[in-house]
Amino acid sequence: MHELSIATAVVDEVRPLAGADVVRSVTLRIGELAAVVPEALEFAFAVAAEGTALAGAELRIDTVEGRARCDGCGREGPTGMPPVLWCEACARPLVLLSGRELEIVRLVTAPGPGPVPAAPAASDKERSPTRR
Amino acid sequence: MCRSVDLHRAVLARNDENATALRRYLDRHGTIAVNLMSSPGSGKTELLELLLTRARARGTPVAAVTADLATENDARRLARSRAPVRQILTDGLCHLEAGMLQARLEPWLPEGTRLLFVENVGNLVCPASYDLGETLRIVLVSVTEGEDKPLKYPAAFGLAQAVVVTKSDLGDAVGFDRAGFLAGLRQVNPHVPVFETSARTGAGVDGLLAHVMACADGRAPHTPVLARQHEGLLHRHAPGTATAPGAAP
Repeated sequence: MHELSIATAVVDEVRPLAGADVVRSVTLRIGELAAVVPEALEFAFAVAAEGTALAGAELRIDTVEGRARCDGCGREGPTGMPPVLWCEACARPLVLLSGRELEIVRLVTAPGPGPVPAAPAASDKERSPTRR
Repeated sequence: MCRSVDLHRAVLARNDENATALRRYLDRHGTIAVNLMSSPGSGKTELLELLLTRARARGTPVAAVTADLATENDARRLARSRAPVRQILTDGLCHLEAGMLQARLEPWLPEGTRLLFVENVGNLVCPASYDLGETLRIVLVSVTEGEDKPLKYPAAFGLAQAVVVTKSDLGDAVGFDRAGFLAGLRQVNPHVPVFETSARTGAGVDGLLAHVMACADGRAPHTPVLARQHEGLLHRHAPGTATAPGAAP
């Protein structure tokens, strides 16, 4: 369950960028071959974000397909899971094109409540965690 | 007013930066780190005890850190080799991170250590994502675990720079399908060097140690396909400039 460590890393990376704003959503790109389970990460993110500027923020995950190409026969396609990184026909390793991504690509923030606390009811709808 | 910011920041950027700092720290001390990963019970500690003993017998200054969620049992076992050993308790964390490792090494790493073995937490999922500043990443698997381990844990095996089969003296008794294992391994990590060892008989241990020493002395370790995504992209976007990344070493 290293998704909690991954989620904590996301919160740590984003927090300084948000400054005094609150974070509405964070978008990640996660490759199929990055060994991260999106459902577990969504759960862990809600826990890691608690008490920070990311509390209640939506976590959006764009999954990236694992793809590879053979430089022998030129064939290109999905690696599948577990990945096939070897070309049987040419008896040579494939070249990995995508699938190892694990990055933060977008951040949506809104001005923080400032010195006077805003009415929490106004933002409840937008702040509710959403699954994709 | 919402603000949207596009960025390209690796989620584990901080660990990667810490790993780079740790690599520099080890460089300054003339030390190379070997990251050992496996599932619990694969015989990591037993094999490591023998590696430490034999490295010491060859006059190589070695040390080891061993990470577990709880107990100092492994450090006590490894200390029988008379090499300097340090236990790291992760307090429930399922893997080691670079910053955590460096914080434990700085006050302790004995001067002149050439080889530092890092026995990661027994786990084939989580440790695979964390660079520890190692020169060589070794994944171990025992013959009793079944030949499909590389396909079940493709990130761990796919990113290994060497794979060690342990308890090979039991292979026949448990019906280990060697060809099936090697085929699965080739699927996720073509051309990764494989060492078959037995800590009980000592078979294969010197060959493994020789490989580790060669890497310490500058031999380039194996680069897995899974670790070369950027080369694939480079090749695709600038076909005239890249070397053939799929070429066998």
